Amino acid sequence: MEQFFFHTVAGLVVLTVLECLAILVPLLMAVAYLVYGERKVLGAIQLRKGPNTVGPFGLFQTFADAIKMLTKETVIPSGANRALYLLAPFLTFVLAMIAWAVIPTNNGWAIANINVGVLYLFAVSSLGVYGILIAGWASNSKYAFLGGLRSAAQMVSYEVSLGLVIVSILLVVGSLNLNDIILAQRHVWFCLPMLPMFVIFFISALAETNRAPFDLPEGESELVAGFFVEYSSLAFGLFFLGEYMNMILMSAMTSILFLGGWLAPFNIAPFTWVPGPIWLILKILFVLFMFIWVRATFPRYRYDQLMRLGWKVFLPFSLVWMVLTAGFLMATGMLPVGSANGVG
Amino acid sequence: MITQITFYLFATILVLCAGMVVSARNPVHAVLFLILGFFNAAGLFLIAGAEFLAMILVIVYVGAVAVLFLFVVMMLDVNFNQLREGLQRYAPVGAAIGVALLAELIFTVGRLKLVPGVQEPTLPGPQISNTEALGRLIYTDYVLLFQACGLVLLVAMIGAIVLTLRDRPSARRQNISLQHARLPADTMEMMQLEVGAGTDALGGFIRPRDGYGATAEPIDARALPARRSDEKLGA
Amino acid sequence: MAAGNLLKSFLLTELLGGLGVTLRYMFKPKATINYPFEKGHLSPRFRGEHALRRYPNGEERCIACKLCEAVCPAEAITIEAEPREDGSRRTTRYDIDMTKCIYCGLCEEACPVDAIVEGPNYEFATETREELMYDKNKLLANGDRWESVLARRLEMDAPYR
Repeated sequence: MEQFFFHTVAGLVVLTVLECLAILVPLLMAVAYLVYGERKVLGAIQLRKGPNTVGPFGLFQTFADAIKMLTKETVIPSGANRALYLLAPFLTFVLAMIAWAVIPTNNGWAIANINVGVLYLFAVSSLGVYGILIAGWASNSKYAFLGGLRSAAQMVSYEVSLGLVIVSILLVVGSLNLNDIILAQRHVWFCLPMLPMFVIFFISALAETNRAPFDLPEGESELVAGFFVEYSSLAFGLFFLGEYMNMILMSAMTSILFLGGWLAPFNIAPFTWVPGPIWLILKILFVLFMFIWVRATFPRYRYDQLMRLGWKVFLPFSLVWMVLTAGFLMATGMLPVGSANGVG
Repeated sequence: MITQITFYLFATILVLCAGMVVSARNPVHAVLFLILGFFNAAGLFLIAGAEFLAMILVIVYVGAVAVLFLFVVMMLDVNFNQLREGLQRYAPVGAAIGVALLAELIFTVGRLKLVPGVQEPTLPGPQISNTEALGRLIYTDYVLLFQACGLVLLVAMIGAIVLTLRDRPSARRQNISLQHARLPADTMEMMQLEVGAGTDALGGFIRPRDGYGATAEPIDARALPARRSDEKLGA
Repeated sequence: MAAGNLLKSFLLTELLGGLGVTLRYMFKPKATINYPFEKGHLSPRFRGEHALRRYPNGEERCIACKLCEAVCPAEAITIEAEPREDGSRRTTRYDIDMTKCIYCGLCEEACPVDAIVEGPNYEFATETREELMYDKNKLLANGDRWESVLARRLEMDAPYR
């Protein structure tokens, strides 16, 4: 068995496919129930009940919606750039999926435990803008185009502060490996000593995933639906899936960088009995709830306020905090130098 | 074996993309081919074992620089016929320059030698990740060059801002911190009105302040010269 | 004061306050009613689908005075009348175009014999437009169907008329 899976080409291929399925199937189910959960939570906050008719407690509502959507016609606008128009949703969907390859669900459990895990995640999340930009341009519609431009400007702006937050984490950890980052939080989760960074990261994550209150690219009241106005059926579905997967991905990133990933909150008996993946899922669920909670609470930002917040508030603040972190680590001699081989 | 196949795959696509960047009719397509080219270059870096460089290439070039390219190109209204007008005339000159450059490159690369006195770069041991090796090199031996690069970029950025910054005095800007600091007492005044006395008897409409930020004493409305409606009409 | 403001904006107190409000609302009892199975309360004056009523002995109330036709601001009502064999004045045609009707209730106000009334029924959506052109039979059938409710409503509203 082990001989087949780890030492033959066919076995490795089968293993890889199984690994992908082990991530993708739960992920798609998670998206379905995230949509359901979002509708339920939003409903509860607005004193409504949310979906409660299809299946027990409305649990099958998302599947009913999905079937309805998939049976619709895929409309391609006559002036659209066909190839790019169809490429965009696939790009969004694929990018949202491939990022999951490096997410560790327990000590060392990841499809690819690569040395530059954080950079890989950051790179993939910064590519998400292409799906939106290409969709906006290829649709040949002014609403879609404006939505695409807005999202490009927004995502590029917030990536800067996101990057600086990640850099300050890396300063503390001394490694780009996600597993090492989690292990470095054995004693205290980074959300406590770096609370301001946590807040900035969370808000930037909202902007990066185009969620309320930063959902300008799809602002319904101004741009109809923004970059995906012209999309229908499966193409729209792929955008939708990609968007929610990105949300889950950002939550996973927040959990790993700040909430200790698969670590138990306290390293004592009743907490350590619960396996790591469960802790990770619980933390992801908590951050996702925050996403929805924020959506239910705050009105949409105005475009210039959004840019001001990104460039004039978050960027200087995270820069100062990064320098402070570096200074503190240098002064106390806690800078993790040469972690790999003990040189330094 | 597999490494070589992937190398040639990436390399072929990279060269094809580079060709398409130059020859694509639609500038948006050209930029998208450029992005695909970046990806393949990142793939080549990965094959060479430089995963840090590969990721940085994707983050910086694909994630930021090319987005801005695409952003600008999408908004441009380019007239392709006009652009191609001089193509026939300038093609020979361009080709000549290209050939000269290529010859120079081949000449240089073929005889590439280190200046005597510079020691051969020592390869880091397998226990050091290439991110760390890169960091050690950049922040020790080449720190001056590295910082100089940073300075050049800073100057370029300041230059771009200075060139495009227009201060229009007529523009009304929002000062959010001022708005947040505003108190009810700054903008509103509670007055005891006598029964039957209109605004005219109190000296007409008065704006207590010029703006939010002004720190004026509370104005005693009665102390102001009385302005009656007929006076306003006369003036 | 300025330092306090600065502290307030950096600690995000107002944002957290807003989040607190929404969290409190999340656990409040929900206002939703499960519509087709649960229905909201209707006032006795609610103006829904029209009905023509009868006397307890089965005789139709309408005497074809055409006051409702005259008062109808949307001109939705069409009445034709002839004397019946027994000499009493009755309608031969009483049509209401429900697509024109604005549910103002003036017909009900104008009726001297409480014949035309607007009932509590608001679930009369149809699949074709033609089905919304009500004739006398349909209106009388409505009256027969809803009579107990209609009488009760009139009785409850009577002190205020």
